[in-house]
Amino acid sequence: MRYSGFRVFAEGLGGNKGWKPAWRDPDPKPEYDIVIIGGGGHGLSTAYYLAKNHGLTNIAVLEKGYLGGGNVGRNTTIVRANYFLPGNQEFYSHSLKLWEGLEGELNYNVMHSQRGLINLFHSDGQRDAFARRGNAMINQGDDAELLDREGVRRHLPYLDYEQTRFPIYGGLLHRRGGSARHDAVAWGYARGADRRGVDLIQNCEVTGIDIENGRVTGVQTTRGAIRAKKVGIIVAGRSGQVAAMAGMRLPVESHILQAFVTEGLKPVIDHVVSFGMGHFYISQSDKGGLVFGGDLDFYASYAARGNLPMVEHVMEAGMTLMPMIGKAKVLRSWGGIMDMTPDGSPIIDKTHVDGLFIDCGWNYGGFKAVPASGWCMAHLMATGEPHEVARHFRLDRFVTGHLMDEEGTGSQHNLH
Amino acid sequence: MRITCPLCGTRDRREFYYYGDAVYADRPAGGAAPAAWDDYLHLRDNPAGETRDLWYHEAGCSAWIEVTRNTVTHAILSTRLVAERGGTDGAAPKPRTKGKSA
Ligand SMILES: Cc1cc2nc3c(=O)[nH]c(=O)nc-3n(C[C@H](O)[C@H](O)[C@H](O)COP(=O)(O)OP(=O)(O)OC[C@H]3O[C@@H](n4cnc5c(N)ncnc54)[C@H](O)[C@@H]3O)c2cc1C
Ligand SMILES: [Zn+2]
Repeated sequence: MRYSGFRVFAEGLGGNKGWKPAWRDPDPKPEYDIVIIGGGGHGLSTAYYLAKNHGLTNIAVLEKGYLGGGNVGRNTTIVRANYFLPGNQEFYSHSLKLWEGLEGELNYNVMHSQRGLINLFHSDGQRDAFARRGNAMINQGDDAELLDREGVRRHLPYLDYEQTRFPIYGGLLHRRGGSARHDAVAWGYARGADRRGVDLIQNCEVTGIDIENGRVTGVQTTRGAIRAKKVGIIVAGRSGQVAAMAGMRLPVESHILQAFVTEGLKPVIDHVVSFGMGHFYISQSDKGGLVFGGDLDFYASYAARGNLPMVEHVMEAGMTLMPMIGKAKVLRSWGGIMDMTPDGSPIIDKTHVDGLFIDCGWNYGGFKAVPASGWCMAHLMATGEPHEVARHFRLDRFVTGHLMDEEGTGSQHNLH
Repeated sequence: MRITCPLCGTRDRREFYYYGDAVYADRPAGGAAPAAWDDYLHLRDNPAGETRDLWYHEAGCSAWIEVTRNTVTHAILSTRLVAERGGTDGAAPKPRTKGKSA
């Protein structure tokens, strides 16, 4: 069923009785050409582009819970292309271009909103660093504008410009940055993949990976064994466990990241704003809730909830930057399990097992990457060659020393 | 979350700085092969369950502590001084912090 304004209107007249489920709920077949482990954003977009770009449709996506129940439905939805390092730059630039056409592509309203992202800076040193980053973004063909204090005030009159601890010197404005509806991105890719014949299988946990003579032959699951010629591991925070089923030890440590949302308010925050002293960023959802977050809780964790010290810290940072939000009531907070790498950059690569591929290490920033990651992982799995814009995301870059430490914080998983 | 410092007793998590897996206490010798450094700096067992990691009692007695805890429940199971644990890394690392946005 194609979605359109006319359809909404016609269904409204008919009492909305004609809508069909957006995807099927098939039982797993005994064998597929390709099995994708993980029905998050990246797994679903990989399946979609395998079908769309490479004409491969004998595919199953195996999800242990429900589609979109992982990080793709827990993030704070910032979409941007303001990376600095070669390798990251072209990848995120490609992703943003895919975002810009995504709703038409998927025939699904993912509520992508390029409302502008402003990263504030609070010292001369930070200004220099942001100016340099802005130049790198422009060289890549993306957009960046360096705002001084008065320039920021024109966009964000509600910040506290009087406070002396972290005075606002200016900000880097990325007009094409913004946000999107996270669930809708998962659902849109799921529906698109399903319509092309991909089987989306929920409540199906992979418990083993079958390997014979160095070649993957299938997976063991809670719904029985499934044979496959190729298998992709795309499980974000659970990458360590699933890769271990194939005898791999990954450069990944799983950490918890929290987020918060307030009650719905009238529009007050038009942009995505981040506090340059770290630990706080905010936007307002289309429903009106203020969506905000900060840093990791900083210790390795698999609990999809955080602890109170970071809650307090995020609230303090928010109040320092924009005291007006103090009256808003926080409705909910939650956490997601982040696959942190020791250089902060992701991995899209083959493994030591023939036919087994891995896409992981998205840290706290993999939502914006959903389109390009699926595009590049599909390319790798279909052709056996890395995609041009993802060729630096190698699994062996750690041992060879070709790290991509975007933030320059060194080999410590929780500092990226 | 409260962590028991072997010297100061049970203290709030905020007094401690988290460094990472306890493997950080076993620094390879200078001329070790790249694979040994890869193990030490990058690769992790990353268990969902019991793990051992290094914490620094930054706002307390400045001891480095090896904490055995559960990464799913956040329960602290036991603690001991890194000095008592032994290990190859004599020089304790300095805590580093940073800020960023998602
Ligand atoms: C609070 C928070 C805020 C964030 N903010 C942003 C942001 O503003 N911008 C941004 O770009 N990124 C952000 N991120 C990061 C982003 O959400 C993740 O990097 C990204 O969603 C990870 O990829 P995914 O969608 O495929 O992961 P997931 O949705 O977690 O998908 C992985 C799936 O694999 C499944 N799985 C695991 N093990 C198995 C198994 N054995 N068998 C079968 N299935 C399995 C899981 O159930 C899960 O559904 C944020 C994350 C969090 C938690
Ligand atoms: Zn102490």
